[in-house]
Amino acid sequence: MNPRPIDRETPDRLYTVTGGRRLGDDDPFDLVSLVVSERDPVPGMQSEHARILRICQNPTAVAEISAYLDLPISVVKILLRDLLDTGSVTVRAPAMVSKNGSYLPDHEMLKQVLVGLQRL
Amino acid sequence: MGSRDFDEGGPAVRAPLRKTASHGLKIVIVGGFGVGKTTMVGSVSEIQPLSTEEIMTEASRGIDDDSQVLQKSTTTVAFDFGRITLDARNVLYLFGAPGQERFWYLWDQLFSGSLGAVVLVDTRRLKDSWYAVDRLEFHKMPFVVAVNRFDGSHPSLERVRAALSLSGDVPMVDCDARRRESSKNVLITLVRYLTDLSAQQPVKETVP
Repeated sequence: MNPRPIDRETPDRLYTVTGGRRLGDDDPFDLVSLVVSERDPVPGMQSEHARILRICQNPTAVAEISAYLDLPISVVKILLRDLLDTGSVTVRAPAMVSKNGSYLPDHEMLKQVLVGLQRL
Repeated sequence: MGSRDFDEGGPAVRAPLRKTASHGLKIVIVGGFGVGKTTMVGSVSEIQPLSTEEIMTEASRGIDDDSQVLQKSTTTVAFDFGRITLDARNVLYLFGAPGQERFWYLWDQLFSGSLGAVVLVDTRRLKDSWYAVDRLEFHKMPFVVAVNRFDGSHPSLERVRAALSLSGDVPMVDCDARRRESSKNVLITLVRYLTDLSAQQPVKETVP
């Protein structure tokens, strides 16, 4: 990596945003977990946290938050974890979570998906 | 993508989900560079395809205490996605996944729990698809194969099936990823297949 002036985006910016933290093993967020704000941003809040709270006034998937903030998924998850721990957001878990790689489709849910697609 | 200001309700938040949305679902469209993944996502998505990225920290795997190592070995993998609101509760996200080798290191992290996958095939570059098929089988992810006919190439589906060594029960479908109805048909083919699979498990039977 060649050091460049301060406008350099990564990874220094990412380090600053997360305070150098990593995502733990108990990651509660999936790419399509829907996040909902439970409170408004307050003055003095880290700007990324404030933006997430504004974006998530309606349910918003982790992937969308990442795209809107222009930050990698795992960085967004760290920021979301902060907000979750303080009760500032809640998470609506994805409809299907695979554990240990096993595939457990829910027949009823798949039928709902099929109906939804056919209606498009 | 450039930086945007969403504090003023910028363009990318103008299509928020309904308050009742509670179940996020995902389907992955896998294919090589230029095969039409983003085109397919865009043709059925209710929003302009968005772009996101994830960090890969290859060399620092297993080393968790040295940020300098992380910094040196960090690369990012970018991918596009779109969204379809299915009903009041269910929202389907479509992710376009680059099929190249390094991407598969991120599969479990990003795409475990997907309903299924579409392998989007360019018949001029079947080799890219062969790798995707191999990896999906490894990850036990059910998939269908969609042959993108946008360029007018016409090897038959059965020839493509043979070239990719696909078993007879993997559904195959022709498509034009630019057309909404065609892309929709691919997704319906996949979900029908998944519905059949879920109905017949755990006993292995042939679907009539």
